[in-house]
Amino acid sequence: MSKISLIIEREYISRVKKKSFIIMTFLGPLLIGGLLSLGVYLGMSDSSNYDVLVVDLTPEIAQDSTSQATTMFANQLKPTSQISFDYTTRGLTNAEFDSTSYNLMLVLREDIITFPEAEMVFRKLPSMKARSYIKSQVEGVIEDNKLLLESIPKEKFDEINTDLKIITVDAEDGTASFKQEQAFIGFGFAVLIYFFIFLYGVQVMRGVMEEKSNRIVEVIISSVKPFQLMMGKIVGVALVGLTQFLLWVTLSSVLFSLATSFLAPELSNAATMAEQVQVTDEIAQEMSKDVMEEAAIGEMAELILFRVNWPLMIGMFIFYFLGGYLLYASLFAAVGSAVDNDTDTQQFMMPITIPLVFGFIVSEFALTNPEGGAVFWFSQIPLTSPIVMMVRVAMGFDAGSIWQLILSMVLLIGGFIFCVWLAGKIYRVGILMYGKKVNYKELAKWLRY
Amino acid sequence: MAILEAENITKAYAHHLALDDVSIAVPKGSIFGLLGPNGAGKTSLIRIINQITAPDNGKIKFGGKFLKPEHVEKIGYLPEERGLYKKMKVGEQALYLARLKGMKKDEATKKLKDWFIRFEIQNWWNKKVEELSKGMAQKVQFITTVLHEPKFLILDEPFSGFDPINANLIKEELLRLRKKGTTIMLSTHNMGSVEEICDHMALINDSKVVLQGKVKDVKNQFKEGVYDLVFEGDMLSFTNSLWVNFELVSHQKTEENFTSARIRLLDKATVNDLLQAVIPVSKIHSLNEVIPSMNDIFIKVVQKNEGLDE
Repeated sequence: MSKISLIIEREYISRVKKKSFIIMTFLGPLLIGGLLSLGVYLGMSDSSNYDVLVVDLTPEIAQDSTSQATTMFANQLKPTSQISFDYTTRGLTNAEFDSTSYNLMLVLREDIITFPEAEMVFRKLPSMKARSYIKSQVEGVIEDNKLLLESIPKEKFDEINTDLKIITVDAEDGTASFKQEQAFIGFGFAVLIYFFIFLYGVQVMRGVMEEKSNRIVEVIISSVKPFQLMMGKIVGVALVGLTQFLLWVTLSSVLFSLATSFLAPELSNAATMAEQVQVTDEIAQEMSKDVMEEAAIGEMAELILFRVNWPLMIGMFIFYFLGGYLLYASLFAAVGSAVDNDTDTQQFMMPITIPLVFGFIVSEFALTNPEGGAVFWFSQIPLTSPIVMMVRVAMGFDAGSIWQLILSMVLLIGGFIFCVWLAGKIYRVGILMYGKKVNYKELAKWLRY
Repeated sequence: MAILEAENITKAYAHHLALDDVSIAVPKGSIFGLLGPNGAGKTSLIRIINQITAPDNGKIKFGGKFLKPEHVEKIGYLPEERGLYKKMKVGEQALYLARLKGMKKDEATKKLKDWFIRFEIQNWWNKKVEELSKGMAQKVQFITTVLHEPKFLILDEPFSGFDPINANLIKEELLRLRKKGTTIMLSTHNMGSVEEICDHMALINDSKVVLQGKVKDVKNQFKEGVYDLVFEGDMLSFTNSLWVNFELVSHQKTEENFTSARIRLLDKATVNDLLQAVIPVSKIHSLNEVIPSMNDIFIKVVQKNEGLDE
């Protein structure tokens, strides 16, 4: 076995066997899965019940001579299984409300038709979902009353009420464009690359510092070249990261699917129904409005998923991930070799972390303005391209812009070769240098040794 | 025949010259002392021999051939700044280092077990290095240095930090290894150990080799014609008898009636002349030539060099 593979093996085994690795491997998906499931759980079910006391201060008006005069909202709000409404026409002070068993008090002012404002007094802040339900109910009643005042039939209003859908179309291929949405998928990959580089880059740095402060490094570099030791460590840690990442993906998806089917069976039901909708129109018409929406979302998601060139996406993810990691990990290794202890790392960490964080910020920009100038430039610069380019890859390239991807890839290869070379030079000198306060001038000198 | 020859090695760092035209030859089968004050360039030379750094100028030959990367497997190196991975188990770590030196796993395991038995540390195999005391770790370091049976062993300040028992153990092992044909290079400024076990030496001072050769020859070279003479008799007439050709450096009473005098021979005077001069006035008990210690030589050479610099 060649020496570098021995080093890779040691770096890999010693890390994978660590308790912290095993704990993180199992805790990570639990955390991710747990958070995702919690999100789904909270989103799907707001289990609290709301007993709403509606204080209706609007004047009593009879609709016609035969009917009894009522206030505007009397029994007009539709209760659900979780929200019930009781009505009163007498105003309560907050203290009085406090002594009742209601947990929400909705105060509807006398002139609500002209000034659409209502006060919601709560003991416990109601969920977003509950609030928007109550809001839409009140709006509905007000609208109905206004229509009545203006003598407009409800059907007419529904006809007039317009909900504009804008479909963005790319001039080049003439089909509907979902670039914005695709960019989100790319952003997900960008976040992965960002975290991976950070987490494992720092591990490389710590590994180098450990060897230096343990003073074992001189023994080892009398057997192998410093460059082999550095690269062995970088590759070994990369494999650890890859292992952890794959384990996380597998475990998380298992946990997530278990959790969703257990906690929110209605979600999977809705999805299957949505599938059926696409098959038969007749059934679709019988479906409730909610399910129709689900179907629409499903359809759109599918469209977006089809739009992303997945082989390219995955291929580029691996390429940019490896390129970016190699580039940064070698710089982290150089920092680790140059310093004697943790506190000294700060000054050298800064110039490494800034471009990394900056790349992350630019890729967030790319979400709102995927084809902006900044996004173009930072998807070319090797320090930020591994993160920013992910967003662009997800949006896809055409014949006219594919050169940008190729250029960026070439620049990244050049960039990491340069960084590895640079780091190798610093590393070689740094690991044998003790007790010397190192600054940038000193580092520059080492390059010429 | 020399196993290692360094020819005209020059190495400069940014602000100073670490080695200036250094040439040494280490005879095969010898224990070679590489001496010099701190910062003289010893470690720089050792790192070049270990191919950790490259010289700016000059050549190194190992066994008559130019030094190549493969030669690291024939060299064992115990650096001055030595350590081990704290979290790794002793056995695993020793195996790892042996395999980096090109040994096969099975072979290394077998040899390692032999060494552990010899040093009576069999039960350490599965201990983590951080559980070992300093002395214990040093034993492990020594074993990992010699495990692959190098033809040439380089030890940088091997006795610093060792307790006397371990230092002695290492000394014995070194002598045993030499018997088996290993050439050993010791870098040290512990002159006692040089006198005890080295047969060749080179003294580096201020980046240059200032003295080189067999330890015996070097000592002879620094003899100054000084003798210790122990006698019984009257000190005044003894002093008078040394009036011409001799210099009384110092004297002291040792036992009752005995005086020890240190005498330097001047001009062309011989030991016979000295005896002829003192026999009439005293009863001679013993006469010994004063051979300078390595320590004296070291201090003398280094101070002389400093004097030249000023």
